[in-house]
Amino acid sequence: MKISDRMLLSGNEAIALAAYKSKVALGAGYPGTPSTEILENFSEFGGQAQWSPNEKVALEVAIGAAFGKTRAMATMKHVGLNVAADPLFTAAYTGVQGALVIICADDPGMASSQNEQDNRNYASAAGLPMLEPSDSQEAYDFTVAAFELSEKWNIPVILRVTTRICHSKTVVNVKDIEAPSYEADFVRDIKGRVMIPAYARIAHKKLRQKLDDIAAWNETSDLNQVFEGDKSLGVIASGISFQHSREAAPGASLFKLSVSYPLPLEKLRKFAASVDRCVVIEEGDPYLEKAILAEGVKVEGKAQMYRFGELNVDRVCRIIAGDESPEAVPAPGKPPQLCQGCAHRTVFQILSDLDCIVSGDIGCYTLGVLPPFSAMDSCVCMGASVSIGLGLRHVLPDEQAKRVVSVIGDSTFMHSGITGLVDMVYNKPKTGHVVIILDNGTTAMTGLQEHPGTGRLLDHSASAKIDYEALGKSIGIQNVHTIDHVKFEDEFKKLLMEALEKNEPSLLIARKECVLAVRKIRQYEKEAAEKSKCERQCQCEGQE
Amino acid sequence: MTNKVTNVVVAGLGGQGVLKASDILAEAVFGAGFDIKKAEVHGMSQRGGSVNSDVRFGDRVDSPMVPDGQADYLVVLSEDQIDNNLDRLREGGVLIVPDNIDKKALSNPKSLNVALLGVLSSHLGIDEKFWIESILANLPEKIHEVNKAAFALGKESVS
Repeated sequence: MKISDRMLLSGNEAIALAAYKSKVALGAGYPGTPSTEILENFSEFGGQAQWSPNEKVALEVAIGAAFGKTRAMATMKHVGLNVAADPLFTAAYTGVQGALVIICADDPGMASSQNEQDNRNYASAAGLPMLEPSDSQEAYDFTVAAFELSEKWNIPVILRVTTRICHSKTVVNVKDIEAPSYEADFVRDIKGRVMIPAYARIAHKKLRQKLDDIAAWNETSDLNQVFEGDKSLGVIASGISFQHSREAAPGASLFKLSVSYPLPLEKLRKFAASVDRCVVIEEGDPYLEKAILAEGVKVEGKAQMYRFGELNVDRVCRIIAGDESPEAVPAPGKPPQLCQGCAHRTVFQILSDLDCIVSGDIGCYTLGVLPPFSAMDSCVCMGASVSIGLGLRHVLPDEQAKRVVSVIGDSTFMHSGITGLVDMVYNKPKTGHVVIILDNGTTAMTGLQEHPGTGRLLDHSASAKIDYEALGKSIGIQNVHTIDHVKFEDEFKKLLMEALEKNEPSLLIARKECVLAVRKIRQYEKEAAEKSKCERQCQCEGQE
Repeated sequence: MTNKVTNVVVAGLGGQGVLKASDILAEAVFGAGFDIKKAEVHGMSQRGGSVNSDVRFGDRVDSPMVPDGQADYLVVLSEDQIDNNLDRLREGGVLIVPDNIDKKALSNPKSLNVALLGVLSSHLGIDEKFWIESILANLPEKIHEVNKAAFALGKESVS
């Protein structure tokens, strides 16, 4: 992408460009709609980016990079922050020496997610400042601001975006960014970074002090803006809700909230007092409404019906009007389905034929739940297929337990399936268990990203490749098989039936490349072979 | 209100080039100097399901999403996706569908998306050079000529 002064960018592209121009030394993440393109674009602009096995690892790597006195970022979708919540809460205590920005992309309305959790709650729960852009220009500007804020207070900062910020394109005036030039350096700070209880108690107090200071700064920060209008109606909104509100109530007074934690409460109090009626417009949880009401500031929120799904201009009009009549149901479109020629189809047909109880997971293959297969009985979160399958095996009567199969994709297995696999061996159900890795050689659902099992890095260059079969055997699974289940469908079915009969742990790797990825994979392999041939020649010539 | 916003919804099925068409439209409008916002949803919809994308432009655009019943133009790439998208179109709005062009004259059926943009272009009054620049910037070189021809076909179909 050619960088110019005026660009039409998605929010994800704008964040990537700002991070690149802010001299971010390392970006780590795990793919997840709608966040995926941030790191891909950051890498294309020339930034150092990596897919980590999961979000916890990504955030920890980024914390390490920030401990090394550089600017670092971690990117993930909303549910990814649950996986990374452990380091998140304690990184708030340790703070950082360089700067650390965590970009989390919420998916209100669940365009491509299993829940619509509202990650603004993480900011107040962990005690970390949170910025919320309302378009790509702000995605660019607030990325810059987030790094500055992180640096100024040595605290990780969360940049929260949503589907409509990530994937909408809007005009961006690309400003120059003056980023400090860091020399990466390790400076020992044992009390600041080693969170044993004695040091953590001090660190917690320090965190609360920082948050008080940031709240005071936020009272006068120009990131939050008041647009004065008609005094009969005031609207407080952040993120995309601000854009909908400006259109829905063009004459109203508007408080555009950009720092949603810690809140500029006095400024909000003053605004609410300046209008006859003050309405909070927010997607998802009544997060702002409750926080503002708790301070004794009189504001109105929304009816419960508007907690579900995204907001839009029509819904904002209804909220302001207090309209709780049923909403028109949009005409149903055509639902997504497993691609024609998708190798997952074969597996789900067999699972359906064998009447298995299928503990499923997150990915394209979750579509195996839909007719004609209807071959999935649970899908909760990344990696849960293996462990939920084990739980069922432990308690169900034998004749049911022996039908339980866990089905997990290759990228999801790398993300958080391995610990479940260890549990299968350690806490072995008496009927054993069967785990099928659907290895299509890519992270297909999010747009064909690499992972440790593909043997290629984020930019598709060659790297080490994790061998699932060797991994399974090394932890003590005797019954491990890899098979092209499309070419050898009958053999695969036989293997599965045999595994279901055995009272021991089994790992079946059903390997067939994703139809959407196969041409690209061949191209990457060709490029890697040429590169290694070239390197060998160079070495030989060097030796001569 | 003097701030007139033009609303376009492009709809179809995953794999038809709906998002590519809205990218081309958005960049043409952007090139012509308008404020412009484009909204769409990625992910599940890519697996052969319904896909749509909203493009709005004018002096200043707020929400990136076209409110229901306010689309000035509805461009639908697949016949079976017309009914479920009709309520996006305002009364008196313009519906653009595959039947608007002579599909036999289309040298590659995959360029239907660009042909329908040709039809749309005759309504929008945006200089053709911005359309062509955007088509060239958004598509690989080997299909430039095919798509320029498809665009011209769509444009000429409106008389």
